Formats: sequence, C-alpha cells, structure tokens
Amino acid sequence: MRKLLLAGVAAAALSTSAMLVPALAEDIKQGGSMTVTYKDDVSTLDPAIGYDWQNWSMIKSLFDGLMDYVPGTTELRPEIAESYEISGDGTVFTFKLRDGVKFHNGRDLTAEDVKYSIERTVNPKTQSPGAGFFGSIKGFEEASSGDADGLSGITVVDDHTIKFELSRPDATFLHVLALNFAHVVPKEEVEKHGADFGKHPVGSGAFKLSEWTLGQRLVFERFEDYWNPGVPKLDQIIFEVGQEPVVALLRLQNGEVDVPGDGIPPAKFIEVQNDPKFKDLIIQGGQLHTGYVTMNVKMEPFDKPEVRKAVNMAINKDRILRIINGRAVAANQPLPPSMPGYAKDYEGYAYDPEAAKALLAEAGLADGFETELYVMNTDPQPRIAQAIQQDLKAIGINASIKSLAQANVIAAGGEEDQAPMIWSGGMAWIADFPDPSNFYGPILGCDGAVPGGWNWAWYCNEDLDAMAKEADAMVDPAKAGEREAMWRDIYLKVMEDAPWAPIFNEERFTIRSERIGGDDKLFVDPVHIPVHYDEVFAKDVQ
Amino acid sequence: MLAYITRRLIQTALILLGISFVTFVLLYLVPADPARQIAGRSATAATVENIREQLGLNLPFYEQYLRYLGGLLNGDLGRSYLQKTEVSELIASRLPASLLLMVGAIFCELVLGLTMGVVAALKRGSRTDDTLMIASFVGVSAPQFVIGILLLYIFAVKLGWFPIGGYGTFAHLVLPSITLGFLGAGWYSRMMRSSLIDVLRQDYIRTARATGVTRAKVLFGHALPNAILPIIAMIGIDIGLFMSGIVVVESVFGWPGIGQLAWQAIQRVDIPIIMGVTLVSACAIVLGNLLADLITPLIDPRIKLR
Repeated sequence: MRKLLLAGVAAAALSTSAMLVPALAEDIKQGGSMTVTYKDDVSTLDPAIGYDWQNWSMIKSLFDGLMDYVPGTTELRPEIAESYEISGDGTVFTFKLRDGVKFHNGRDLTAEDVKYSIERTVNPKTQSPGAGFFGSIKGFEEASSGDADGLSGITVVDDHTIKFELSRPDATFLHVLALNFAHVVPKEEVEKHGADFGKHPVGSGAFKLSEWTLGQRLVFERFEDYWNPGVPKLDQIIFEVGQEPVVALLRLQNGEVDVPGDGIPPAKFIEVQNDPKFKDLIIQGGQLHTGYVTMNVKMEPFDKPEVRKAVNMAINKDRILRIINGRAVAANQPLPPSMPGYAKDYEGYAYDPEAAKALLAEAGLADGFETELYVMNTDPQPRIAQAIQQDLKAIGINASIKSLAQANVIAAGGEEDQAPMIWSGGMAWIADFPDPSNFYGPILGCDGAVPGGWNWAWYCNEDLDAMAKEADAMVDPAKAGEREAMWRDIYLKVMEDAPWAPIFNEERFTIRSERIGGDDKLFVDPVHIPVHYDEVFAKDVQ
Repeated sequence: MLAYITRRLIQTALILLGISFVTFVLLYLVPADPARQIAGRSATAATVENIREQLGLNLPFYEQYLRYLGGLLNGDLGRSYLQKTEVSELIASRLPASLLLMVGAIFCELVLGLTMGVVAALKRGSRTDDTLMIASFVGVSAPQFVIGILLLYIFAVKLGWFPIGGYGTFAHLVLPSITLGFLGAGWYSRMMRSSLIDVLRQDYIRTARATGVTRAKVLFGHALPNAILPIIAMIGIDIGLFMSGIVVVESVFGWPGIGQLAWQAIQRVDIPIIMGVTLVSACAIVLGNLLADLITPLIDPRIKLR
C-alpha cells in the first residue's frame, strides 16, 4: 500500500510542481551561504567530460545551455535561448539567444560559442562520454571520426541565432541540448587551460568558481552579471570533500553542514530515519532509475516467453525491498514512475509462484532447469541476487550466482552467449534525460543488442524498433501527448515478451539542515542531484 | 660509509623498479577497461577504440610499461583517468597534509609509548604494569578505523573537545595523530619496557646507585639514554607502518592526504593514481629503512656498517 501511495505522490508532484515554484520565488531574498559535503573529490567541472552524479549538478550551476528544465520537474524550458522554432518535418531547430548573457570572464556569449562547444564535445580528441548524444546532427559521423573539424549541421546565422539541421527528425533533441554536454564554454578559456579546463571552469552559469583547493574544498560564488535576475538565491556554496557520510551527518547535527551530498549511509538508514532529530529533515523523491533482471532471449531456455514470464512471477519484490531497507519502490515495467510515459494502471506480473510453476510446465520444463545469475560483487547486490536465487529455487529453477567485478559483468552482458541472467543493480539503468526513449535504444532496442552493447537480454523486436523510430520522429510539441502514449505502449508490449523482470525503482532520500529552504521538489530534483543549487535559499537571510 | 651508501642507493633503485613492475602487472590484470570507463555507456565501439589508442592502451604490455617508466624518469606519473589531472600534481597537493600527520603521529607514539614503557618497567610485575601492557596489546592489535571512530565519537561528538574531522588547525591534528600513533605506541612501550629493564640490571646502574646518585638522576641521566637507543632507530621503519595506516586514518578523519587520495582511487579504479601513490609510498618506505640503517651506528657506536 505504501508503495502505491508513493507512486501516486510522485506522479501528482510532477504535474503540479510547475505552478508552485515560481509563485514562491518572487518573495525570496538573495544571500547567505550553504555547505555541502562529499566523500570523493570532485573529478572535473568540464561540461564536455563530467559524467557522474556528483559533478553533474555542479556543472549545471557553473554553465548554461540552450535548454533547461523547470526546477524540480521534468518539464523543458529555454535557458539561454529566448525562443526556438522547429520546422514542420522536425529536422531543423532554430534558436534565438537572449541578450545580455555573459561569461564569467565578462565576454558576451554568442551563437558562435554554442557551435564551438557542441563541436568540442563531438571532437574525438576531447574524449567526451557524451559525444554519442549528438548523433542526429548532420555531419556527426565525419566529425566524431575526426575526418571533419566541425559539424556541418550547425550554422551560426548571426550573433544571436543558431540553426541545427538534423539527419532525421528527433523528438529528444531539446533534451539533448539540455544535457551538460551541450553547455556553452568560452573558447579562449578552453584554449588557455587546455586539458586542465575542468579544474578552471569558466561558464555563464548562476555561480562562478572562486576557489578550488584540491582534496579539500571548492567555493562557488554568485555571478553578479547572471542574465536571470534573482537567481541564484544563495551568495555562496562551499563544497567540502573528503568527508565520510557518517561524519557529515554528525556535523549536520552540529550545524556545520547543510547538505551531506552522499546522502544517508545505507548502514545507518533505518536509525537516521527513525531519529527524531533527523526525521523532519529528510525529503524523499523518485529517481529515473530501474533495477531489473535480464534474461538472454538467445540462450535456452530463456528463448521461451513462458519461462521469462514465470521468472517475473516467481520473484518476491517486497522481500527484496526489505533487504535494502525500503529505499525503493517495486517496479513492474521498464520505466520508473517519475518518467513521462509510465503506465500507472498497468498491473504487471504479480508474485505468484504457483502460476509460475504452471507456466514452466507449459514450456515443458516442469522439472525446472539449471542456469546462472550474474551480479556485480559489491553490497547489497549479491544479497539481492541471493533473494532472487531463493525465489527461483521455489519454482524449480536452480540459478548459481556469478558474483563478479562490475566491468566483468558488463562485458559478459555484451556477449551473445555468456550470461543467461543478469541482475542490473549497481550498473544500470539511470536515465540521462527525462524522456521515455532513454530506457529503450541502448538497453531494449536492436541497436543495443550488439557485442559490447548494453542490451543484455539481447532482445530485438523489429516491430517495436519501428514504433520507437516513429515516436521519436514526432517532434511537434502539440503531439507530445500522443508520443508519450506511444512510448507507454511500446514498454507494455516489451512486457508482453518479458525480456526483463523489473524489480524496483530506487528512491532518493536527501537530508538537509533546518537553515536551508525551498520547495521540497528542489531537494529531489530529477536532474539536479542532490539539490538544485541555484534555487534553494538560506532561511537566515529572509 | 660512502661505499655502503652508494650500494644501498643502487639496491633502493632496483627495489623501486621491481615494485613499479609488480604494481603495473597487478593493475594491468585488474578487470577494468579504462577506455570504456572514460568513454561512458553511450559510446560506440569506435569511440572506445579511439580513446584506447589515444591513451596507448592498445599497445602490448611491455611497451605500455616501458612508456610508463620513461614518463617516471621525467617525473611524469601520468594523468588520472577520472580526475583529469596530473597525478604528480594531485600527490604534491596532498603530501604536506600526510607529512604533517606523520610528524604528529611520531610525536604521539614516542610520548605515549615511551611513557608507558618507562612506567611499566619501573613498576614491573605490578597491576599498573599489567594494565599498561594490556593497553599496548590493544594498541598493537585493534584496527585503526575502530580506534579512530571511537576517539571521534568520544572526544569530538560527545565531549566536543575537538572538531569532527577535517583539516586546518592544531585541534584538527590531535585525534588523527593519536589514532595513527597508537599502534606504534603499543610497540614502543613493549620495547621500552624490556630495554629499560635490561639496562636497569646492568652493573653501571647498580654502581651509580651505590655511589649515592638519586633514583631520578640514574633513570634520566644513565638508564634512559641507553635504553632509548634501539627505539630511535625504529622511527625510520615506522614510516612504512604509517604509509599503510594513513589510508584508513585519513579516510576516517577526512584528512586531505595521499592516503585518502589512494582510497578514493581504489574505489573508482583510477589506475594512474593507485600506481602513483604506491610508488611514492614505496619510496618513503625504502628511504625510511635506509635512514634507519644510517642513523643506528651514529647513535649506537657498537653497531658498524659493512
């Protein structure tokens, strides 16, 4: 019951949040400081390279892109673009830039900078993990292989106008432009610092970096010339690194820390949640994550849909949720509840070992069979795999657990005949952007079912691929609802074939000090993790 | 003496070469593909291949190793895969913090260890002796993260005498130094005790006492200087002990030294950093041992270098 409620709350939150945030924003005074701690060093603040959850949100505060999201939601809005136009066939996107957008070094940001930044990401010399996202821009092949210097599909019309020509209609393109990999960097600073630009970031974001003492702390200071008056709310954010999460919690209690960036350590979760000192400081929200068991449809006996459905019915998800102290909600489909396109009314395969046994008998495997379950070897993944193993045993499937290093499991999944079953925990899948297509291509589509790919079920359904292509060609914003329905349909059809047994969607638990205010949604923002740095405010200056 | 030092330095260089080879082999065998790690999950096979080529990871093993050695000779420890920074810069920025912690730890282990040892020796066989020796036993055998968290909980959280982890002031230094020094203090108290008991039995001590020199004067003027000699020589060897200890202690206390750097790199399989910290620590250990060997004959003329 609690799970159902939560799913409902998350969905309701998404639909109303757009109204709540701006209504509040008017009255908030700027000023004050916030201290955030992390265990690990910040790796890089180069928007073309940074790709972990820690630097992702920090980069968003230092840099701006053409597109962004309404804070606390998955709803797209223009950022440094003032407006945009999409051609009828969905292949030409033209953006008008705002006036008065400045870099931290004082120079005006122009369309030329936008072009330079995206071409820099795609250039193989940059070694950007995000280059592949720009695959729909004309000239991508030549640029990403290094044969061409720039992307022929990007044209600077004038200082304030930029045009993108795509090789195919791409409904996700606005999301792609909201990724950090499309954020704008000034060429002169990149050239000045070379490979060390990530340690000397200069952007046009709401904050600028004022201090970075390696291994100790970073200080973000408000950028006075930011184009959006009233943002950010805080004058300063101090990031202290090298702090164990347990120590960070103690310091939060002492009033020295406002946001422990790594959250609540799993071992202390129950204790902290029941502690009256902390209880009211915790904010829970959804994550764009699904944990699932893949079944390799190219390996016997998982080539039979009955067997895959039987596995879906055999697994007791509630027991698994108890193993991880309830830090997730049970899943019955590939999409997480906070993702547009999630099928709220879908019931999925309910836990029913008897029916599962009957399905196995139907497939001619009444006596069960032997198989292998691959899992990454860090806690709690092996314990989750053991629970799955016991559940499978109850219907006669003897799965031996192969607990390996992350890289080895990923490598086995990328081979056609290696891993019959894989528990995805600790490896996959968290969406890069809040669009339903992000859970299909690499992990369920035919393109991912290649050696070295991420489609570990090796599931390839040509009909669904065609549908996906059609949905992603529906660029017209007026058809967004229709497109969402189409994606919902695709995932329900996937579940009919059951190449996965979806297990759970991880929840986020952000803890923050009494001093820091802002709508709850800002602390569990789907894109900014752990909190939306630009929007939260200090209560002591109000 | 000079010949001895030269010989030892050549040996040291060979040992370091060996260590670099063994570490390189071990990390080469680690099941992680740095190119794939850098490329990210949305990368195509071609992108991964391209990065592998840029990093020289497609070369045969011996060639990769020779390249690395070549870099080492120029003081180049490579670039971190994840932090995208020169490893030498990362280590240099963190080395002062680690050295400071070691100085603090040496101070703590000497003060704690020697005091405990002297008291135990003087009160040999008494209940005080037993208690102190049990304490030293705990110091030698308890894991450092347990001691660290215990001290942190009692003195920082409950009593509020010290800050809860961090770096910067003298107050920050106290608890990590005690934690790191406690292990050595355990050893030293035992060595000091037996060494002092040994010296106190010597004829010249009895003679001194017989001629009317006070107990205190005998202890501080004659017994201690002689008993302390074998211990001073051990400090160089301690550096090796500290090198393994700082990984744990720095993580517990949020101390920004190379131990913490290593711990983060191990968790994220950032091979160039692991390699760099291992080599720097190995250098410290080997040089520490060399130093210990060179100092010993200076303070104890009975020992001769050959």
